Amino acid sequence: MIIANNVTKTFGKLKALDNVSVTCNKSQTIALIGPNGSGKTTLIKSILGMVVPNSGFITFDKHNILHNWNYRARIGYMPQIGRYPEHMSIAQVFNMMKDIRKHSSTQIDEELIQEFGLNEIMSKKMRTLSGGTRQKVSASLAFLFNPDVLILDEPTAGLDPVASEILKQKIIQEKEKGKLVLITSHILSELDALVSEVIYMQDGKLQFHQTIEQIQEDTGELKLAKAIAQIIKRK
Amino acid sequence: MKTIIKYVLLDLLKNRIVLAYTFFLLAMTLGIFNLDENATKGVMSLMNLVLIFIPLVSIIFSTIYVYNSAEFIELLVAQPLRRNTLWLSIYAGLALSLSIAFIAGVGIPVLLYEGTSTGFVLILSGLFQTIIFTGIALLASVKTRDKAKGIGVSILLWFFFTLIYDAVVLLVLFQFSDYPMEKPMIVLSMLNPVDLSRILILLKLDISALMGYTGAVFKDFFGSGTGIFISAFVLLLWAVVPTWLSLKKFQRKDL
Repeated sequence: MIIANNVTKTFGKLKALDNVSVTCNKSQTIALIGPNGSGKTTLIKSILGMVVPNSGFITFDKHNILHNWNYRARIGYMPQIGRYPEHMSIAQVFNMMKDIRKHSSTQIDEELIQEFGLNEIMSKKMRTLSGGTRQKVSASLAFLFNPDVLILDEPTAGLDPVASEILKQKIIQEKEKGKLVLITSHILSELDALVSEVIYMQDGKLQFHQTIEQIQEDTGELKLAKAIAQIIKRK
Repeated sequence: MKTIIKYVLLDLLKNRIVLAYTFFLLAMTLGIFNLDENATKGVMSLMNLVLIFIPLVSIIFSTIYVYNSAEFIELLVAQPLRRNTLWLSIYAGLALSLSIAFIAGVGIPVLLYEGTSTGFVLILSGLFQTIIFTGIALLASVKTRDKAKGIGVSILLWFFFTLIYDAVVLLVLFQFSDYPMEKPMIVLSMLNPVDLSRILILLKLDISALMGYTGAVFKDFFGSGTGIFISAFVLLLWAVVPTWLSLKKFQRKDL
């Protein structure tokens, strides 16, 4: 569904992405992991067209995403740090997004809004929200338009355990509908129940892309955290 | 595109600065016309307001607005929208609201007090200054990542067009005073939208004689049908080119 071909992106001297090629297919749940500054967010932003690669290209359903914008109607994106117009209320942000994406004939999915209890604080301004509440807004927005692809950048960072669990259940539920889910996270234990594949990145390079069964087989570890630790040690 | 313009306009309305700007312009215009019995003199004083103050407010306000909309832009770039649509909507929203402020604050009073072709040229110049300097502001803010630096660049650009450029032209004039400079002067004045507007208004005020022989050449050129057509075209270019350049830059900008 999403194919990246030899994507390279430099910021000044820093190589954020170095010849990265990835293939992501429908109904996969992929964990994108790696140390800080390994290029995970840059890769995600390249897929969304927020960052323009220096070389290489990315296709979405066989169409090059460069100069294309329609494909984003099928992606729900939850940024690592959700930044919103400060003076808008939560309700205004939701209404604006609905207004912008109203052409899509898809169903509106407000389940997360209700489960997070955002309905009661709809009139609060974005600038008064805590980091966790902002994350809840980001998550609700990502799932709002029932997209085929979900891209979640550190989804549970800053969320309390209850909210975190709600979000996890939601991800599992969407995964079962056959959607492609891309998650980055540093809390590997959280990914155990969720993911079917792992992409490991370091210094902008793709180290490996394997299914979870393969990793378990190779390392003899059932827990993702231990398996990854073993792989890193081996290198 | 309409949807985004709507949100930009709503945002600007809430901002209240545009509203304050409108009332300030209105107070200035009414004040000038009421102080002077001679409305033509009033137009002269207004010309300086229009050619110095309007570019300043347009460029600074637009630059700050673009930097302050960073979150809005970041949020919308990840949505199914063309980047062109987003950027042009921001431009349209800014240019539209500042133009409406100008029409309400200066345009309508001028038409009431001095509804002649001179007044009309003054209003048209003010509108051109607004859309030209909004475009330049967009270019300055898309080229520099740092907010303080971007605002600094904008102030410098305003300073350049309203003061430094004239000083340089004067210097050139004195250096080449032995040569016929009238034709090059026309070209030089085309390269600065503020100068171009000033000449158009001065010629309408019929005080071009004050400019000596150059004034006569100006009158000959800018007074003719082709001259006016060319000036309008150049002003339009000044509005389109910086905006277009900023659009090209924004399309490949990393957010």
